[in-house]
Amino acid sequence: MIEARNVSKSFGNLRVLDDLTLSIKPRRITGLIGPNAAGKTTLAKIVLGLTRADSGTIEIGGTPIGADDAYRSRIGYMPQMARFPENLSARELFEMLTDLRRAAQPADEELIERFNFSGALEKPLRTLSGGTRQKVNAVIAFLFQPDLVILDEPTAGLDPVASGILKDKVLADKAAGKTFLMTSHIMSELDELADDIAFINEGKVAFSGPVAELKRVTRQSNLERAIAEMMKRGAAA
Amino acid sequence: MNVTAKVAGYQIRDVLRSRWLIGHTLFFALVTDALFRFGGGGEKALLSLVNLVLFVIPLVSIVFSTVYLYHAREFIELLLAQPIKRRQVFIGLYAGLTLPISLSFVAAVCVPFLLHRGLATAQPGTFAALLLAGIALTLVFTALAFLIVARTEDRIKGLGLAVALWLLLALLYDGLVLLVVSILADYPMEKPLLALMLANPLDLARVALLLQFDVAALLGYTGAVLQSFFGQSIGVTVTSLALAFWIFAPLFLGMRAFQKKDF
Repeated sequence: MIEARNVSKSFGNLRVLDDLTLSIKPRRITGLIGPNAAGKTTLAKIVLGLTRADSGTIEIGGTPIGADDAYRSRIGYMPQMARFPENLSARELFEMLTDLRRAAQPADEELIERFNFSGALEKPLRTLSGGTRQKVNAVIAFLFQPDLVILDEPTAGLDPVASGILKDKVLADKAAGKTFLMTSHIMSELDELADDIAFINEGKVAFSGPVAELKRVTRQSNLERAIAEMMKRGAAA
Repeated sequence: MNVTAKVAGYQIRDVLRSRWLIGHTLFFALVTDALFRFGGGGEKALLSLVNLVLFVIPLVSIVFSTVYLYHAREFIELLLAQPIKRRQVFIGLYAGLTLPISLSFVAAVCVPFLLHRGLATAQPGTFAALLLAGIALTLVFTALAFLIVARTEDRIKGLGLAVALWLLLALLYDGLVLLVVSILADYPMEKPLLALMLANPLDLARVALLLQFDVAALLGYTGAVLQSFFGQSIGVTVTSLALAFWIFAPLFLGMRAFQKKDF
């Protein structure tokens, strides 16, 4: 689904991505992990065209990005921090995005129903709590039935009920053929959801493959310990 | 409807509900009303409004736009994650900010003006010039805000730059010009002075406006030079063209920076 080849990106003197090559397989959930400032969010933003790579190419479903902006109609994005126009309501925000996307498919409103917003959708977004805004953020990522969903720390700030609803949705949509790329600091969550793991460290891919393989290579039975083991080896090497 | 207009449309809905804008509208409405109640005729009220327009509109436009754009950063990211072009987002945002700010000013001045039958005691041409100058200054200083935000990552620094630019153009500039003139008093200064005036959008708006009134005393040094150099009608054309340049140049540079920017 996503083929990143030799992607590099520096911010000033800081080399965030260093000749990174990574392949994300379709119809699977790939967990993107790594220490803080390893380049996870930057990679996601480059895929979306929000940040421009200094060099390298990215293909989505075989088409290189950068030529035109239409490819983004196939991507849903849930950014790490949700901030919206203060004075609009969530309902108006959904309308606006639908309007801007000229969405062909009917909107996927399952999350709106399940999250139980009870009136919050009509209030100005600035009056909503952080968790409610994060729910709005999640709704937007799924609203247009994208083939590829990019989730950046999706459950941060969500209560256990909402976070459960979101995870169910991810699993159901994967079964329906969607591809997911998600970052998270909560290893148990990735253990539950991810099929593949891409472990990024210092701008390079340190491991990429199925979760089972990662556990086998590191001889650990759960993901958290397997990743810790990877990080130790990285430090030793 | 095209995408740019849609972006602008939703943004206008957001900006129209902001307290800043309501404050801006109330301020001009109350001041215009007060000028009529205490000051008498329309012409006098207009002249007093000129000074306010020259100070307040640039300040509100540049500070409000800078704060708004920094605050909207995550929202702009959300827009850019949609299948739309950066150019469309940029122009949509610009229209979405300048339209409500200009409209609020025009409405705030027009309503008390018409209620007090101001046009009976003032020239309609002068009144129109005041409104146009207010709109032009909004366009110029919002464009400058876009340029600052597109090129400055740090919001404190960006806001500082915006305020410093306003201080420079609104307050310090004339003093600096006078200083230069008094130092170089032995040399012919007309043409350099003209260039100095064209380099400050606020000076341009002031001179373009005051050329409409018959008050040479308020023209200031640069304005008097302009009037003697070009005469009244060409003077207005020159200042208008220069103001248009002041809108498009920062807007163009801002758009270029915005298209390359990493979000």
